[in-house]
Amino acid sequence: MSVDLATVKRVARLARIAVSEEDANRMVGELNGIIDFVEQLSEVDVTGVEPMTSVTPMDMRKRQDAVTDGDKADDIVANAPVTDRNFFLVPKVVE
Amino acid sequence: MTELTSLTIAEAREKLGTKEITAVELTKAYVDAIDAFNGTFNAYITTTPEKAMEMAKASDERRASGKVGALEGIPLGIKDLFATEGVHTQAASHILDGFKPKYESTVTQNLWDDGAVMLGKLNMDEFAMGSSNETSFYGPVINPWKAEGSNQQLVPGGSSGGSAAAVAAHLCAGATATDTGGSIRQPAAFTGTVGIKPTYGRCSRWGTVAFASSLDQAGPIARDVRDAAIMLKSMASVDKKDTTSVDLPIPDYEAALGQSVKGMKIGIPKEYRVDNMPEEIEALWQQGIAFLKDAGAEIVDITLPHTKYALPAYYIVAPAEASSNLARYDGVRYGLRVDGKDIADMYEKTRAAGFGTEVKRRIMIGTYVLSAGYYDAYYLQAQKVRTLIKRDFELAFHAGVDAILTPATPSSAFGIADENLAADPVAMYLNDIFTVTVNMAGLPGIAVPAGLDKKGLPLGLQLIGKPFEEETLFRTAYVIEQAAGKFTPAKWW
Repeated sequence: MSVDLATVKRVARLARIAVSEEDANRMVGELNGIIDFVEQLSEVDVTGVEPMTSVTPMDMRKRQDAVTDGDKADDIVANAPVTDRNFFLVPKVVE
Repeated sequence: MTELTSLTIAEAREKLGTKEITAVELTKAYVDAIDAFNGTFNAYITTTPEKAMEMAKASDERRASGKVGALEGIPLGIKDLFATEGVHTQAASHILDGFKPKYESTVTQNLWDDGAVMLGKLNMDEFAMGSSNETSFYGPVINPWKAEGSNQQLVPGGSSGGSAAAVAAHLCAGATATDTGGSIRQPAAFTGTVGIKPTYGRCSRWGTVAFASSLDQAGPIARDVRDAAIMLKSMASVDKKDTTSVDLPIPDYEAALGQSVKGMKIGIPKEYRVDNMPEEIEALWQQGIAFLKDAGAEIVDITLPHTKYALPAYYIVAPAEASSNLARYDGVRYGLRVDGKDIADMYEKTRAAGFGTEVKRRIMIGTYVLSAGYYDAYYLQAQKVRTLIKRDFELAFHAGVDAILTPATPSSAFGIADENLAADPVAMYLNDIFTVTVNMAGLPGIAVPAGLDKKGLPLGLQLIGKPFEEETLFRTAYVIEQAAGKFTPAKWW
């Protein structure tokens, strides 16, 4: 499989990264280099092999579904670029 | 009197304990050294001298009142990936511009609880993506080591390049670091320092900026094996805030030093003898084998047949997880925002301006391998191969091997702005060829300096252990250190 310019632009759009024509052209070569490199995985026989989901065999720690934290609205918005009365402000989404 | 900054953590602990020195004096010595020399190395992104002096003063007061933590009064550098309350935390990225968290990471909190002093935040590859510390928004870090008779600036390795350089140049007593594919062990090897990536789950990931969540682990970079053992004991904890933090007691790692390796079985995997490996690396490996044999260990040849697939599998799994983790940087909740004509345009422009080239490249790869139609061929296949890589290690350990000895890196430190590496991302990725298997299998791995190459640059060996058997690694690495000695760069700065 190889990546063409249209694919690079589509993936950039999915990743929400604006790319110039020049960036996209450069990325075609770079991404193909990496894809070629990872392609060798297809030669591994994985018949009957389960995909890894957890690197250590352990049960996920669980806790009661109860509120343990909160009342930190000021802290949560403290680092946001634009806020108003503890809301994050974004460009208008709904007309 | 010896320079205070030349003391190891263990030596400083001793002198602080006998009141020969104070935490204030020790910290001041580091603050002055950073003032004088950080410009040369670019190891720190932000320094916090006032906070450091306050913490040192408080430490001396605690000591006077009889309360002495395991790292009481020890000045440390913190990789910029760890959230530090009210202090610059940007993963060396432009996209987290101005971010000062309102919380403290578990690992750093553990250090402060044990009495340590923070000197500042250390440079790194952006979001820990890199093997040379050249992808940082804050510019490259310079390795304190130079080849004999050469003035060329070398990289300290990455991604924990600031941590490794600061430790080697004595700009901190020890440093925190993180390792996703080799980011502790490779820079440790390039700077003649000791770095350990513990077993996945040993150190809490809470409050550490995420790169690839199933691979990321924190660990120390230190001047010697003992210091690394002291630091890891404080960094590790059982943390309810991280569901992958493992519920096992933390041993006294330092107690393992000096224990005999007699009768231990050390595996030598033939697959780590890669094409074009410099003779010096092979010689170093043989030297390490001889050190352990002399100490009474039994050397056995082993096979880890899926080794060559670890790096390609890593370059699917890690970017896939990164593309998901880094989706949060959208110009809304923190960091940089670049305005656009609508919300999607704002996202795209913010991310285009905020992420560097290597980070964008990995997000793109990750997005591609997870996209409709490719998931099975790439991501699922890589996760299956990962199962096989882990199984290779399990079979070796099951056959009685206690630890595995390999080179840490395929070369010594290379030059800043190396043209061949800049032109070929995959060539740079090959730096992690010996270290990445360990992350894929969640195992502990330590890099310990074992010699110098012909150019006078440090080379490291890696020991790989069974899950949660870091003690075995410290014990064995200590034997290598005792035999090989320690390596300090000539002070040209």
